[in-house]
Amino acid sequence: MSVPQSWTPVTSGDSAAVPSHDQVVAGLKATDEGGADLVQLLTPEGERVTDPRFDRYAADIDLDTLKSLYRDMVLVRRFDREGNALQRQGQLGIWVPLLGQEAAQVGSGRALAPQDMAFPSYREHGVAWTRGVDPTDLLGIFRGTDHGSWDPLEKRFHLYTIVIGNQCLNATGYAMGQKFESKVGDGPDAEATICYFGDGATSQGDVHEGFVWAAVYDAPVVFYCQNNQWAISEPTERQTRVPLYKRAQGYGFPGIRVDGNDVLACLAVTRWALEECRTGNGPVLVEAFTYRMDAHTTSDDPTRYRLADELELWKLKDPIERVRVNLVREHGVGQEFFDGIQADSDELAARFRQFCVDMPPPAPDRMFSKVYAEPSPTVEAQREAFLAYHASFSEEPLAGSSIDAGSDV
Amino acid sequence: MATLTMAKAINDGLRAAMERDPKVLIMGEDVGKLGGVFRVTDGLQKDFGEQRVLDTPLAESGIIGTAVGLAIRGFRPVCEIQFDGFVFPGYDQIVSQLAKLHFRSQGKVPMPVVVRIPFGGGIGAVEHHSESPEALFAHVAGLKVVACSNADDAYWMIQQAIASNDPVIFFEPKRRYWEKAEVDVTATPPPLFTSRLARPGSALTLVGYGPVLKTCLEAATAAAADGTEIEVIDLRTLSPLDLDPVFDSVRRTGRLVVVAEAPSEVSVAAEVAARVQEQCFHSLEAPVLRVTGFDTPYPPSKCEEDFLPDLDRVLDAVDRSLAW
Repeated sequence: MSVPQSWTPVTSGDSAAVPSHDQVVAGLKATDEGGADLVQLLTPEGERVTDPRFDRYAADIDLDTLKSLYRDMVLVRRFDREGNALQRQGQLGIWVPLLGQEAAQVGSGRALAPQDMAFPSYREHGVAWTRGVDPTDLLGIFRGTDHGSWDPLEKRFHLYTIVIGNQCLNATGYAMGQKFESKVGDGPDAEATICYFGDGATSQGDVHEGFVWAAVYDAPVVFYCQNNQWAISEPTERQTRVPLYKRAQGYGFPGIRVDGNDVLACLAVTRWALEECRTGNGPVLVEAFTYRMDAHTTSDDPTRYRLADELELWKLKDPIERVRVNLVREHGVGQEFFDGIQADSDELAARFRQFCVDMPPPAPDRMFSKVYAEPSPTVEAQREAFLAYHASFSEEPLAGSSIDAGSDV
Repeated sequence: MATLTMAKAINDGLRAAMERDPKVLIMGEDVGKLGGVFRVTDGLQKDFGEQRVLDTPLAESGIIGTAVGLAIRGFRPVCEIQFDGFVFPGYDQIVSQLAKLHFRSQGKVPMPVVVRIPFGGGIGAVEHHSESPEALFAHVAGLKVVACSNADDAYWMIQQAIASNDPVIFFEPKRRYWEKAEVDVTATPPPLFTSRLARPGSALTLVGYGPVLKTCLEAATAAAADGTEIEVIDLRTLSPLDLDPVFDSVRRTGRLVVVAEAPSEVSVAAEVAARVQEQCFHSLEAPVLRVTGFDTPYPPSKCEEDFLPDLDRVLDAVDRSLAW
C-alpha cells in the first residue's frame, strides 16, 4: 500500500510563465460592463453604429419597422407597469416586472418566424406580446385563476415555466423533434426553437444538460440568456467566474454577447442565431446583457441588496429612450408619433386593468379538471364528494366560472 | 401462444407499439446498440434506427426533460431509467413538468410519455440498484403508475401504457425479467388501470404487485396444501388504484394481507389498508396486515433475503390474520 504524500509544485525561475490564481480569475471574471465583445447597433445615446458581422441582419429595418419596435417596447412597458400597480392595489397576488428588458425581449421575439417555437421562463411578457399572446392572457397566472390560459401550440409560445431552468430541457427536446421531422435545412418551412432563461438559471443542472443534449443532437435551439445581473439578491458573480456567453465554447457551439438594451442588436443577433439553427448549425447561445431595473417580483425589495447608484447608471442605457432619440435625431420623427403611441399604451393599460378587475373567480371544482387526459376514478370520486359536501350547506350552486362545467373530467 | 421471458415480452410489446405508431420513440442510457443493460430493448435500434431508439447522454433529467419537449412536439417517448435508484435526477422534471403540463395547459398539452423503471431487489446488486420507489410517484397527481408481475401482462401493459395520453410510470420487477410465461398475442387484454384476480379463494385476501406477486401465489399454494384457500389479487395499477375487486374480495373473506417490497410507512400498501378499512369496516374479521420491506435504506445484498418479503413472512402474516 502506498502512503499519501504531500505534493509541492515545482517553481520555475520565470515566475511570469505561470499566471497566478488571481491573474487567471481577473481575466475571466463576469463583469457589469458589456466588454469588447458586446454586439451593439444602437448606442445608449441613440446613435446607429455599424457592425460588420450583424449589419446585414438589420439591413431591412426601415423607419416604419423601427417605429413598430419602439411601439412594441412602449406598450409592453406600459402594461408591465400596470401589472405592478394592480398588484399594489390587491388585484394581483404577484407581478413579475420586466422593466429594463424590453429590448432583449421584443428584439429577440420579433426575430422569430411564425413556425418557430419559444419556451419562456416567467418574465417574458415582451416575448409573449411578439407571439400574439394578449397581455390579458398573462393575468390569470398572477391573479391566481389559472396557470396560463393561452394555447401554447397555436401561439408557438410555451406556457411559463417557474421551476428555474426546467424549460431548457423541454425546449431542447422540442428542437430535437423539429430535427427528427426534417424541419432543419434550407427550405422555407425550416424551424428553430428559442429558449429563454436568466443568469441565475445558468447554475442549474438542467441548463447544463440542455446544452449537452442540444450539442450532441445538433438541435436547432437558440439558448437566449437574459443576463439582467441579478438572480433575486444574488449578482452574476455568484453564478459564474466566466462571462456567460463564453461557456458555449466548452459545449462546442457558438456563444455571443449582445447589448440587451439595444433592440436592433437583439433583433439582428437573434435572427442570425435562429438562421444558424434552421440551417443545421445549431445550437447557439446568446447572452443578452441587460439589467433588471425593478425588483425580482413585487414581493422583492432590492434596496436590501443593491445600491441605487447602479440603477441610475443603467437608466442611462435605457432600451426605449435610445430608440426615441434615434427616431427624433436621425429620422426627424415628430411629437405626433410619440403622442399616438402614448395614447395607444394608455388604452392598452386601461383594457388590461379592466379585464383584470372583471375576472371572475374560477369555480372551486375547477381544480379537479384536466388533471389527466383520461379520467382518474380517484379524482372523480373526490370531485363528487367535494360537490356533495358543498351541496349539503346550500341550495345555491357553487359560484364562479368553470371552463368545462359538467362536461369534462 | 408463445412462451416468453418477461424481458422478451416487453421487448415484443415495445416493437408492436413502434410498428403501430411512428411517433413512438425509445430513449435512455445504453438502450440502442447494447439493447439495455437488461436487454429489454434488444434489437430495436437495429430495426428502427438511431432516430427512434436513442442512446442518450448520461443524464436522467435530460432524458425526462427532453421527452417532455418531444411530447409537446407530438412524439410519444418511452424513457428507460436504467435502475430504480437512478431516477432521482429526473424526479424534478417528472414532478414539475411531466405530471403537471396537462393540468397547467387546461388540457391543451397532453403528455403521452412512458417512464420504464426496473425496480425491486433480489439480484444481489450494489446500492441504488434494488429500490422500490413507487410510492414517490403514486403520490404525485398527474402521473399514473403501474407495475407488471408476469410476461403476459407485461406484453400488453407496455403497449397500453404507450397508447395512454397520460404520463405512465411503468415499474418492471427486474428479478422476474427471466421468468417465462405463456403470452397470447391474439388475446384481448383487460384495461390497463385495473387490478386482476390472480387466484380465487375464500379464507383470506392476499394483495400484491410486481415482484412479490409470485411470492403471494406460492404462499397461496402452500396454504392450500393445509386446506386454506387464499384469494390473490394482483394490483397492477398503483395510481389510480383499482380497489373494487379488493373490496369485493375482503367482503367475502373478511381478512386482508398486503405484500410489497417497498418500506411500509406512507406506502402503496398503507393506502390499500386505509381504503379497505374505509370501505369494508364491518366485513373485517381481523386488522389489515402488511408484509413489506423495512423502513431502512435497502441493505447490502447479503442481507436482502431478510429484507424482502418471502414465503415464510407472508405465511406468518396469513396465520396471524386467521388466528385473530
